[in-house]
Amino acid sequence: MITLTDLTIAEARKGLDAKTFTAAELTDAHIAAMEARADLNAYVLPTPDRAREMAAASDARIAKGKAGAMEGIPIAMKDLFCTDGTRTTAGSKILGNFVPPYESTVSANLWSAGAVLLGKANLDEFAMGSTNQTSAFGDVVNPWTRTDEPTRKLVPGGSSGGSAAAVAGRIALGATGTDTGGSIRQPASFCGIVGLKPTYGRCSRWGIVAFASSLDQAGPMARTVEDVAIMLGAMAGHDPKDSTSAPIAVPDFTAALEQGVKGLKVGIPREYRPEEGLSPEIDAIWTRGMEMLKDAGAEPVDISLPHTKYALATYYIIAPAEASSNLARYDGVRYGLRVLDEGDGLNDMYMKTRGAGFGAEVKRRILIGTYALSAGYYDAYYLKAQKVRSLIARDFKAAFDQGVDVILTPATPSAAFPLDDAPSDPVTMYLNDVFTVPTSLAGLPGLSVPVALTEAGLPQGLQLIGRPFDEETVLRAGRALEKAAAFTATPSLLEG
Amino acid sequence: MDAPMDDAPTYLLTGDTGDWEVVIGLEVHCQVISHAKLFSGASTTFGAAPNSQVSLVDAAMPGMLPVINRACVEQAVRTGLGLRAQINNRSVFARKNYFYADLPQGYQISQYELPVVGEGTLILDMPDGSSRSVGIERLHLEQDAGKSLHDQHPTKSFIDLNRSGVALMEIVSKPDMRSPEEAGAYLRKLRSILRYLGTCDGNMEEGSMRADVNVSVRPVGETGLRTRCEVKNVNSVRFVMQAIETEAQRHIEIWESGGEVSQETRLFDPAKGETRSMRSKEEAHDYRYFPDPDLLPLEFDDAFVDAIRATLPELPDDKKARFIADFGLTPYDASVLVVDWREADFFERVAKGRDGKTAANWVISTLFGTLNKMGVGVEDSPVSAENLGKLIDLIADDTISGRIAKDVYEIMVETGEAPDTIVEERGLKQVKDTGAIEAAIDAVMAANPDKVAEVQGGKEKLLGWFTGQVMKATQGKANPGMVNELLKKKILG
Repeated sequence: MITLTDLTIAEARKGLDAKTFTAAELTDAHIAAMEARADLNAYVLPTPDRAREMAAASDARIAKGKAGAMEGIPIAMKDLFCTDGTRTTAGSKILGNFVPPYESTVSANLWSAGAVLLGKANLDEFAMGSTNQTSAFGDVVNPWTRTDEPTRKLVPGGSSGGSAAAVAGRIALGATGTDTGGSIRQPASFCGIVGLKPTYGRCSRWGIVAFASSLDQAGPMARTVEDVAIMLGAMAGHDPKDSTSAPIAVPDFTAALEQGVKGLKVGIPREYRPEEGLSPEIDAIWTRGMEMLKDAGAEPVDISLPHTKYALATYYIIAPAEASSNLARYDGVRYGLRVLDEGDGLNDMYMKTRGAGFGAEVKRRILIGTYALSAGYYDAYYLKAQKVRSLIARDFKAAFDQGVDVILTPATPSAAFPLDDAPSDPVTMYLNDVFTVPTSLAGLPGLSVPVALTEAGLPQGLQLIGRPFDEETVLRAGRALEKAAAFTATPSLLEG
Repeated sequence: MDAPMDDAPTYLLTGDTGDWEVVIGLEVHCQVISHAKLFSGASTTFGAAPNSQVSLVDAAMPGMLPVINRACVEQAVRTGLGLRAQINNRSVFARKNYFYADLPQGYQISQYELPVVGEGTLILDMPDGSSRSVGIERLHLEQDAGKSLHDQHPTKSFIDLNRSGVALMEIVSKPDMRSPEEAGAYLRKLRSILRYLGTCDGNMEEGSMRADVNVSVRPVGETGLRTRCEVKNVNSVRFVMQAIETEAQRHIEIWESGGEVSQETRLFDPAKGETRSMRSKEEAHDYRYFPDPDLLPLEFDDAFVDAIRATLPELPDDKKARFIADFGLTPYDASVLVVDWREADFFERVAKGRDGKTAANWVISTLFGTLNKMGVGVEDSPVSAENLGKLIDLIADDTISGRIAKDVYEIMVETGEAPDTIVEERGLKQVKDTGAIEAAIDAVMAANPDKVAEVQGGKEKLLGWFTGQVMKATQGKANPGMVNELLKKKILG
């Protein structure tokens, strides 16, 4: 007897096409699991009725032989994607009970490929956070626990924490995430799943609540590299409604998956092993990952990305600057929360609405960004950050120009940490993004693949970085790593 | 930099300490003629029901993104070419951040460091027929905001977003103007060019053209620029001229009383004829401009520009030069005729194959007067260009006299009939039959023997009186030249 919620997307697709089970059955199994694991708080809004309707429609299409690439596959949609007729919150109080009258391009693409919406996934408020703790809808629980503290709850990472927990917790076969500085790759690593931030421009940003426009990118999260490849194929594509969406064709990302890494040059950036210390455990896993690729025929190459050390500071100027402007529209005038007392004027309404609607981390970033763009500071902060950003992108280009095909780094500086012991000072928290942010600044594709368990029994991912729009090579190398790592561990909460 | 005007007649304001020169620069916001808004597909029709022309993008719904409207870019480039300006093949849209209830995004998408159009020139046609050149600093594209309505409800403000996102061209002049008249001439000329190009309708009353006026003063002879004030959103040429004079006087009083003008934004109150402070420099917004990350830099190649250039109409300056050369017009007449391209076309149809100066006189002195009185444009003229031309022909070939022509013209205005029909049907043809004229002369001479004697006695001036009497006797139809000639012959022999 198969457990439907344990299937991969690829397996589920085969089972559906072979009529081993129906989309309705697959969806029902997930709805039941969602109810059973409601304590993960992975969903801010389960949509079981809509899921059942969509699954029935999928079954009808399968019966007609018209199945799409994601036909009948139940997924979680990060609640940053606007969904027509379904409440969208961005994890914030300021959007109130906002119900968009439109569907984001990426979610619309998934629905037309046949995917089924299980619900809207929890996330850090406006995707700002690395633990999912900034959500206005409560913490998300990582399905994994440490072997030495099996009852202590861990963070799932963020900002796509609900998506990662849902996929790891077997309450979605896949999930959408968005990644601005690591928001797909870090929670994927923390939850032991695969997450891909595609090249900037690969997926349309239209209908995704904006955080930092020049960095935001939607991507798939699933339990295997192949699943991620299938999902990306359905999500990606040029969208004339997003001027920054790339007018290039979408390849079959699954086609080259099994081609192996023989002869591929894998760059190992020496700056990712900073003197102030990469944890020996992470360092060892990184080395092991390199050995796995080498054993599969790849050639390790020592490379230098000299501006790496400036990436975090650069990111935390640019992302908040853009956010401070992007979030100005939440003003209580047209939609969402409005706090207005008798006799209040416009400025009172702004202050009360934004004061009550935004959480502390969002306010912090709006303040940082506003400051960075202010007259007299613009050149010193924003302009300089943009220049450094170009240098960081140039570092990567130089490495790829040297013939490197893909770059291997740790995905995160540590495994998941306890919910009750998350860093309280923001700068320490921002260090979570140290390995993912440079890729974001350069707009490159980055894939997080779980390769090992730490001594405490927690999953740890490695990151593969590729050339612009070369997700195929990244996925191919990711598949090789996945095969070699044979990462089969399952979250402890599922075993209980 | 000093004024680049060629022999500018000096407009000076006299204060207690001496004469002051006024330095003026204009920022004019021109609504682009386009079907859709700058970054959304919503319609731009003026006067639609509130909030009926608002897309998700215009309302700044979450996750909505701007996409540039190519037609608006073409209009901006077209305008740039009309202003003989540098066209920038690469420009950048930037966000101008500020909070206001009718600004849905919380920022206006504009252009800051790299505008689509750079430096250009505008030639002013002054009332005395002389010309001045005023530098254009830049032209950039930006979104308009919505409209706050404060008079719809006792305690609430309403917002109409129909205008939100409509494309504007902000055209910034250099501080090259030195008098209210020049500022007025600048606005009129700019409007004329925009209308020729079809890029802005130039209607200041409807707000599709709005001017911000920068004014400073300095004692005659001083070369540096003193602190300026910006008078915002002045909505007619007349008010712009009044605002400049008022604001300049205010500056002079401050300077002369030992004070210092502080840089600020002011509003002009036409009812009171004064400007008042809107916000000081300290209260000025910090707009936190930065390149809009939702939009790629705006880039186009020379072929794009050349294709637009190929569709440019003949512009007023060229038309004026041609009218002077081809029709022998005075610069003043030519500049009056070219202000509106429809009027210029009308004139050309009248003047074609005829004497240009005569045609210009008829169009400017007579027809424009009629149109003014009727309050209609030349496109609704009761007298067609063809008919006005025929009327001039009837005078030229002596079918009617100039005096009769005035009467025929009035009938044409009333009935719209062709002049030859009017002349024919009403028997207004000039009498050129010598016998008939001689008979009339004989009758007048017979009735006034004493006056005949006076003329013969050397008082030749009286001949004019005789002409008048003969014309009267023939109801103005006698050919005045023949009357004169025959009178001389008959009386003086």
